[in-house]
Amino acid sequence: MQRKLILSSPLLEITISRLCQELIENHQDFADTVIIGLQPRGIHFAKRIHQELERIIDRKIPIGFLDATFYRDDYRRRELVKANETKISFVIENKKVILIDDVLATGRMVRSALDAMTAFGRPEKVELCVLIDRIYNRDIPINADYVGKKVNTLDSEKVLVELQEQGYEEDKIWLITNN
Amino acid sequence: MQKLSTRHLLGIKDLTPNDIELIMATAREFKEVINRPIKKVPSLRDVTIANVFFENSTRTRLSFELAEKRLSADTLNFSASGSSVKKGETLLDTVNNILAMKVDMIVMRHASPGAPHFLSKHISANIVNAGDGTHEHPTQALLDSFSMREKLGGDLTGKKIAIIGDILHSRVALSNIFALKKQGAEVTLCGPSTLIPRYVTDLGVKVSHDVKKTLAWCDVANVLRIQLERQQIKYFPSLREYSLYFGINKKMLDDLNKEIVIMHPGPINRGVELSSDAADSQHSIILDQVENGVAVRMAVLYLLAGQN
Repeated sequence: MQRKLILSSPLLEITISRLCQELIENHQDFADTVIIGLQPRGIHFAKRIHQELERIIDRKIPIGFLDATFYRDDYRRRELVKANETKISFVIENKKVILIDDVLATGRMVRSALDAMTAFGRPEKVELCVLIDRIYNRDIPINADYVGKKVNTLDSEKVLVELQEQGYEEDKIWLITNN
Repeated sequence: MQKLSTRHLLGIKDLTPNDIELIMATAREFKEVINRPIKKVPSLRDVTIANVFFENSTRTRLSFELAEKRLSADTLNFSASGSSVKKGETLLDTVNNILAMKVDMIVMRHASPGAPHFLSKHISANIVNAGDGTHEHPTQALLDSFSMREKLGGDLTGKKIAIIGDILHSRVALSNIFALKKQGAEVTLCGPSTLIPRYVTDLGVKVSHDVKKTLAWCDVANVLRIQLERQQIKYFPSLREYSLYFGINKKMLDDLNKEIVIMHPGPINRGVELSSDAADSQHSIILDQVENGVAVRMAVLYLLAGQN
């Protein structure tokens, strides 16, 4: 197994602040915009973005967490995946929703999340923001509107995001190759 | 991801403590789902479930049916009354005919203890026991444990739980005893000596015949119905006398001067094991049990269907 570092501090902070600036460009004061982090691993990156956005625009932005386990298309086809907490304490009807995840690969998880989200109302618009986009791994036609870093990976490779909130000492994003 | 150690839910006796934890954790997420504006998830959209009820039921049957619908499963309902069972068809023939219609799971209630265990040896579909005679009622015990955890906040290790009433005829009692012991709770059974099974202390429970002392001891009292329909002989002189010695009313609960949780699996014989003012008091979580029942049954069906 080989590990290659693809992103770490301070470049990660620069990436996060660039993503925030792009988001502000499109959503201005976030009056009608809410943020939803995807369980299980997207929530930490979502919190980072949320924190930075609130700091820059100096107002509260609603943030929630969505678990799409019960909407997966591989249930009964692969091993069971543990369900995590969904916590959306605001109405998304007619809101602009920014879905946030750490890694976009096949796109299947995002598809499940789009399905899961409809249980909370009909948003006016949905956008996707990801830290890492594995550009050639897509199974279905889903793309991100805001991308931290694009990487070329093989199906057999893996991207591992280690953020301090998950208990790691430093923020590091690795590309893992199995030989 | 952990998975259940079994393909069927025949009884709590066969579950491991890990199985119980997994069901509780999954049920927590399903409880959030059934409180959404849209209470449905597509998980079981390619699964067909037959609810086969050879015995009467209101709550359990509605609860299972709703759980199945919330999971997007196709459901069919069978009740013995008005069916070919009355013409002499055997249990196995009846179930095999239902399975021939490409059914994936069977939820079964039957008056004979062990009926679902017998079926599990002969058919390939997943089986959920929804009550087999006086033996087990596993989903009721799971929803009771879920409701206790929710109310007490945290797990049941070291918690004091009393089961009061007709223990002898109760499948809820036996399933609860297994479930509570596997979660590390202390259990005391309370009722007239004629309604406490002999040798039940071998299961690691205490027995009391004094309801006031039991209430003073416990954190949670799970009160059971006197099952007159299963009593062929008189186990106590009269309902009035039972109610005087073992009935619970609001004054008794208020006199305890402590937090106590009152549960009942329903249907309640109001004025017999539980007075109306106690059943409707702030101590009672009887209706929470019903709500949690749907979430717990969703978790059980979801986890079992995922085993294939």
